[in-house]
Amino acid sequence: MTDGLSLEGVRIALRGVPLVSLDVRIAPGEVLTIMGPSGSGKSTLLSLLVGACPPEFETRGRVLLGGRDLAGLGPRERRIGLLFQDDLLFPHMSVGANLAFALPPSLKGRRARRRAVEAALEDAELASFADRDPATLSGGQRSRVALMRTLLGEPQALLLDEPFSRLDANLRESLRGFVFDRIRARGIPALLVTHDAEDAAAAGGRVVDPLGRGAGTQAKAASLS
Amino acid sequence: MPVSKAAGSVREARILAAPMRPGRRPRLLPLAPLFTLVVLLGPVAAGLIGVLAPAFGYYPALGATELSLAPVRSLLAWPGLGGAVRLSAVTALASTALALGVTLLICAAWHGTRAFGAIERLLSPLLSVPHAAAALGLAFLISPSGWIIRALSPWATGWDLPPDVLIVGDPAGLALIAGLAAKEIPFLLLMTLAALSQIPARRSVLLAQTQGYGRVTAWVKTVFPRVYPQIRLPIYAVLAFSASVVDVAVILGPSTPPPLSVQILRWLNDPDLSMRFEAGAGAVLQFGIVLSLLALWRCGELALARAGTAWIARGARGRADAAWRGLAALAAGLSAGAVLLAVAGLAVWSFAGFWSFPDALPAGLTLRSWEGQLPGLAELTGTTILIAAVATIISLLLVLACLEAEYRHGLRPGTRALWLLYIPLIVPQTTFVTGLQTLAIGTGLAGPTGSVIAAHVVFVLPYVFLSLGDPFRAWDPRYGLAAATLGAGPDRLLWQVRLPMLLRPILTAAAVGFAVSVGQYLPTLLLGLGRVPTLTTEAVALSSGGDRRLIGVYAITQTAVPLLGFAAAIALPAVAFRNRKGLA
Ligand SMILES: Nc1ncnc2c1ncn2[C@@H]1O[C@H](COP(=O)(O)OP(=O)(O)OP(=O)(O)O)[C@@H](O)[C@H]1O
Ligand SMILES: [Mg+2]
Repeated sequence: MTDGLSLEGVRIALRGVPLVSLDVRIAPGEVLTIMGPSGSGKSTLLSLLVGACPPEFETRGRVLLGGRDLAGLGPRERRIGLLFQDDLLFPHMSVGANLAFALPPSLKGRRARRRAVEAALEDAELASFADRDPATLSGGQRSRVALMRTLLGEPQALLLDEPFSRLDANLRESLRGFVFDRIRARGIPALLVTHDAEDAAAAGGRVVDPLGRGAGTQAKAASLS
Repeated sequence: MPVSKAAGSVREARILAAPMRPGRRPRLLPLAPLFTLVVLLGPVAAGLIGVLAPAFGYYPALGATELSLAPVRSLLAWPGLGGAVRLSAVTALASTALALGVTLLICAAWHGTRAFGAIERLLSPLLSVPHAAAALGLAFLISPSGWIIRALSPWATGWDLPPDVLIVGDPAGLALIAGLAAKEIPFLLLMTLAALSQIPARRSVLLAQTQGYGRVTAWVKTVFPRVYPQIRLPIYAVLAFSASVVDVAVILGPSTPPPLSVQILRWLNDPDLSMRFEAGAGAVLQFGIVLSLLALWRCGELALARAGTAWIARGARGRADAAWRGLAALAAGLSAGAVLLAVAGLAVWSFAGFWSFPDALPAGLTLRSWEGQLPGLAELTGTTILIAAVATIISLLLVLACLEAEYRHGLRPGTRALWLLYIPLIVPQTTFVTGLQTLAIGTGLAGPTGSVIAAHVVFVLPYVFLSLGDPFRAWDPRYGLAAATLGAGPDRLLWQVRLPMLLRPILTAAAVGFAVSVGQYLPTLLLGLGRVPTLTTEAVALSSGGDRRLIGVYAITQTAVPLLGFAAAIALPAVAFRNRKGLA
């Protein structure tokens, strides 16, 4: 099996203290959730996966995406999308320009690119938002634009670092559906980092902690507290 | 868990600040910091060597190739030496202490209040007034026929004619001290504000206030000790600058004897070329004076720190709060008012028709002074803008290259790098620019505009770096990672994301650099051999003539040019990002 995102013996330690220890394969369309206390190394794992791990950490293991070993590749070459807690839309660009930034250069022609951007906006129920200033959008709208921007880069895997934690409960629920639907539709492996057990439940996949221990019970405990 | 959330996102930023991998083709970027250091410190080092030679009798261009102590001996034999050295030292110490005292008093009494906002808004315009223009305006304000005495005459003073007293250029240098202090307060205030933004100043003061401390006492005891180390280098720069300043001293300082720096310039401009040996020896002495003053200041710091620690330990709560706040308001008003009135006075003079004493305003306004100067003024303005623009662009490119190299290659400059940046601001201009001129004459490089620009870069670059460094480094690196995961390479990231996002601070830094270049007097004069006149050299040259209308015209133009730079720095992003609230 070479499909999906495989973490083979991935170990991260900080000054000798193990933070992350994972052996796992995320199948296309699957969402693996990682839950763990603050400071347990979740964000560090994501930075390792995109190829931007700070040199302070000791790392081992292999990461394979669709059978391709990612060792030695930087964030640009890995084709892994990353979605943060903040939307990080570029504030000096319009909504449309933000999306166009992510379109691969292989899509040529102004009109074709414009059409791709508009199609993405329609998909996000944001048709006619192309010329808007991102700062004038609501939190939920911004999050949707940020996801569409990430997807327009045609990533072969998606990492989500607490993407819903800044939103209120209602928005959170509708956005979860929006995000997970698109991941399944694209059939790409995804890795979700969260503190929220409901996120994990909605993702519908396995739940582990950074040390690879099944955290099904942990998720329940967290939802009770 | 809101607390750990916040801490988490700060950490996130740190994690993701990891350096991008350098590209594959060989790159010049990692060499940028080294190259910048050469551009910055090469001239300083060369100038120091170039000044030592004539000081010890070596000046091949004048046919002197034997080392000797004759220049030193004749310097020591100059009867004015004691007075000149004393003047340089006393005016520098007094003006720096005064400027620092007022700055701290203003912060202690008003920081965090609404009134402070008004002070902050005045800072940029005050800073952009060139030293020479401020000094020329002050000279008019306080002179016997100036605005202050006109306002009091004849009803309070009984004078129908300007009194025959020496105010501007008083032998004790009081006018010079006041002028320097008024011009350095905004600079020190700006530096203090930057330092204050990095420490929880308001909370500390509040905490102390709940324990019964007065506001001013609380600030001095809890905030000042943390602020001072951060403004130490700017203070040293102010002290060194005041001890060796030429343009302000020519305008406001005494003339027999003048401060040492002015005397050095006189020797350099003496038709008798053998005076250049004296100038060299004097310039070396000037360096010695600045070093001694810095050492003295450092001793003062240590002594004050000791006394202060004991004072803090005694726990006195401080009672005279209201009086201190009143005094601070008075000092702030006086120093800001002096500079603003000075500029206003220059403006009025430039349009004045007949204006007799003791009228507060001229009988009529006319464009005659401006019309008469227009062709020459336009050319000078052109030269000034050209030099400032080129020096600023060179500095900006080097600074951006350094900061970008820092970002891409994960370099972490320490405090020592900051010291390097301050070297051109602390080694006195009179010393190394004099040496540079000697070298430039020897190698035939003196005279053309290019040498003047190169010399300006030495002074412009540190200010551009100081102004842009913090905003550039504070840029959220997660934007960089977001762009990289979308497939953007480091160059695309730089041009399409980082530079546009930082447009505002970049333009502000450019405006600061531009203003610094416009204000340069000594490097322009010495490296241009007087053949590259600018608004500044011309305004200072006019100061001895006493034609106030002419002085007004040139000084106002000299003030307007950097002000337009700041206006552009505000207007451009406002227009470019008029539909981008996130960057407002
Ligand atoms: N650049 C760095 N250098 C050294 N240690 C770091 C660095 N960045 C993070 N750390 C440490 O590594 C550990 C893991 O941090 P990480 O941000 O991955 O945790 P996290 O699981 O994402 O936490 P949170 O849930 O709060 O986001 C923490 O103890 C943190 O202090
Ligand atoms: Mg995290």
